[in-house]
Amino acid sequence: MERTNGPRAVPRTTRLAPPEVVADPPLPSSRPVTLVDHDGTRVSDSSFSPPPPETLGALFRAMVIGRRFDLQASTLARQGRLAVYPSSMGQEACQVGGVLALSDHDWLFPTYRDSVAAVTHGIGPVEVLTLLRGNWHCGYDPHAHRCAPQCTPLATNASHAVGLTYAARRKRGEEGSTATTAALVLMGDGATSEGEAHEAYNYAAMWNAPVVFLVQNNHWAISVPVSKQSKAPTLAHKGVGYGMNAYHVDGNDAAAVYSTVAHALREARAGGGPALIEARTYRMEPHTNADPAHRYRDQGEVDYWRSRDPIERLETLLRAEGHLDDEVRARIDTDAELLADTLRQRMADDDELDPADLFANVYATPTPLLQAQRQRVARVGKVRR
Amino acid sequence: MSETLTMAAALNRALGDAMRADPDVVVYGEDVGILGGVFRITDGLTEEFGEERCFDSPLAEAGILGTAIGMAMNGLRPVVEMQFDAFAYPAFQQVVSHLAKLRNRTRGAVSMPVVVRIPYGGGIGGVEHHADASEAYYAHTPGLRVVSPSTPADAYTMLRESIASPDPVIFLEPKRLYWSKGPVNTTDPGAALDRAARRREGTDLTLIAYGATVEIAEEGAALAAEDGYSAEVLDLRSLAPFDDETVTESVRRTGRAIVVHEAQGFVGYGAEVAARVSEQCFHYLEAPVLRVCGLDIPYPPPKLEDLHLPSAERVLDAVRRLQWESAWTATDGEDRAAVSAGVAHTAGSTGGAS
Ligand SMILES: Cc1ncc(C[n+]2csc(CCOP(=O)(O)OP(=O)(O)O)c2C)c(N)n1
Repeated sequence: MERTNGPRAVPRTTRLAPPEVVADPPLPSSRPVTLVDHDGTRVSDSSFSPPPPETLGALFRAMVIGRRFDLQASTLARQGRLAVYPSSMGQEACQVGGVLALSDHDWLFPTYRDSVAAVTHGIGPVEVLTLLRGNWHCGYDPHAHRCAPQCTPLATNASHAVGLTYAARRKRGEEGSTATTAALVLMGDGATSEGEAHEAYNYAAMWNAPVVFLVQNNHWAISVPVSKQSKAPTLAHKGVGYGMNAYHVDGNDAAAVYSTVAHALREARAGGGPALIEARTYRMEPHTNADPAHRYRDQGEVDYWRSRDPIERLETLLRAEGHLDDEVRARIDTDAELLADTLRQRMADDDELDPADLFANVYATPTPLLQAQRQRVARVGKVRR
Repeated sequence: MSETLTMAAALNRALGDAMRADPDVVVYGEDVGILGGVFRITDGLTEEFGEERCFDSPLAEAGILGTAIGMAMNGLRPVVEMQFDAFAYPAFQQVVSHLAKLRNRTRGAVSMPVVVRIPYGGGIGGVEHHADASEAYYAHTPGLRVVSPSTPADAYTMLRESIASPDPVIFLEPKRLYWSKGPVNTTDPGAALDRAARRREGTDLTLIAYGATVEIAEEGAALAAEDGYSAEVLDLRSLAPFDDETVTESVRRTGRAIVVHEAQGFVGYGAEVAARVSEQCFHYLEAPVLRVCGLDIPYPPPKLEDLHLPSAERVLDAVRRLQWESAWTATDGEDRAAVSAGVAHTAGSTGGAS
């Protein structure tokens, strides 16, 4: 019998069936959905209608307050009042547009970068900064706010949202509520490369979970540009492979982000499945206050994006259309200052920390080991700062 | 009322009873639906409870754990199956970074009533990646309960208790015991989760084991008895939290201790047990705490696994090394035979705590 190492020719005894004809899925456009252009003029987009003026006003106000909060937090980090702060300056349209699209039943799954989103969601600024201050890992009750703890490992919050909405669907009938709980997951462009992102997208699509993944493509994952992260034409294209709705939006256009997320959430709640949204935006500040961004990116690039500021763009539109004047703007600024003042004051002193907290919530009931350690810490422990 | 069941059947019964008792219990994982799991632990659950309660997940372990975390955040009690010990590693990130920590991170606002069932350990002739004993990874993680049953009765009780637990439980099922039989009381199961069990009483030394090695320790104790040593056998049941009280009481009484487990010894679970025993029983000890463990190698191919796994003979060998006479050495070094060659061993003559 003849032996070869190469592939053996297999006699073709059967005819192959003709390939099934599969309809082309709609692909996200390489041109992002834009409703308000960078010069503040309206752009007509056939797929999404622009939000009404009150909504645009609310988006604007939340962005102004968010930026003031962000600036204050950066200052607190410089003063050593925060252990670290990852600024989201420049990303306000995503932070605010995504969150304001949520309904009362929905949940938010933020990352370390999404403090402004959490503040917009209604969580107190001190509580939001508890993690970055180093007092505790999360400063708020997730159930009270329908907001998961800010997530530090990349992409791992995405599957939590899928499970949470799954549970909500199961519980809906039992508890008599008719509203569908949807979830908004915030993630970065770098996070989409993680294996966990893939698993979460796939689970969401398979389970038809009402989850919207909003990828804030701020162009950098610490020092790595998005061009070294993915070969996909847009990050939204990744959604297509999972059978998900996928959209690509201008991430500095709060109206576009809001409309797209609101639409995707509506679709998802109605049983249309999850969505992956890439919002193209820019991180104006370094990765964190401790990151020497000049080592990897050009000032020219930063300047270009500063000229596309999401706040200025909406302000131009609102003023042009008569929904904003100096008086209204001044009122918003006053509110923003008030928040910054309160935050500064409340962060001026170190909080008293109770060492017993270390052991209180490791298990529902402290184990004998932890009880013994708690006593030892009470005896000899000391918090040095 | 007591029936005789295999451990696999006892686990299956526990899942069914828990699902019947609480509509929030959901069971999922790879192939757990119509197939009933590769070890059939979930057999019949989809038929009885429907695909809403017991279902096949996509083939993605991190996703299984991640979605379970989200479900637990919102009122369900997921019991998920990892198909084999070494295939739980993709989910490790979710286990250590989130499952174990969410209660702590949220100061008790979010609890994690999740059970992660892992068929674990070797001895069934499985090829690579089907026989790891990974308990030390989990037991090292604060916030997790890590348990392993050694009898069908405990398998039933401990799984029911684990599902009821407000904290996440890594439930290690010694797969080579799946087919071992024993009495199971499902109507009055008692409690088994936090306390070690004394499987055999003894006065000369304490053998500390869990899961599949409890049987080995018992066989070793029988051999030691022929040699004249009276060995007590403790079955830890719960690896975390650790039952210091039972272990300390026993070792203070016997004065000698040996830990038996099949995972690698180096930085293994036995090292922790030995350290705890040394700290708490120092003045009562007649000899160093010894460990009978797996070899410090990647899990070997099935035809060589018997060399790796603890055996009754290796337990007996350790018993003989417990410094019953001063010239004996406790180390497991190569020159042990040479060192002890000239020393006559008089069985049992110096045995027992002084
Ligand atoms: C699993 C994991 N790997 C690495 C890190 C360290 N890390 C923190 S932020 C970051 C970059 C993330 O980039 P991106 O997802 O684009 O989000 P951005 O910070 O730009 O908002 C890295 C590598 C991490 N947090 N988690």
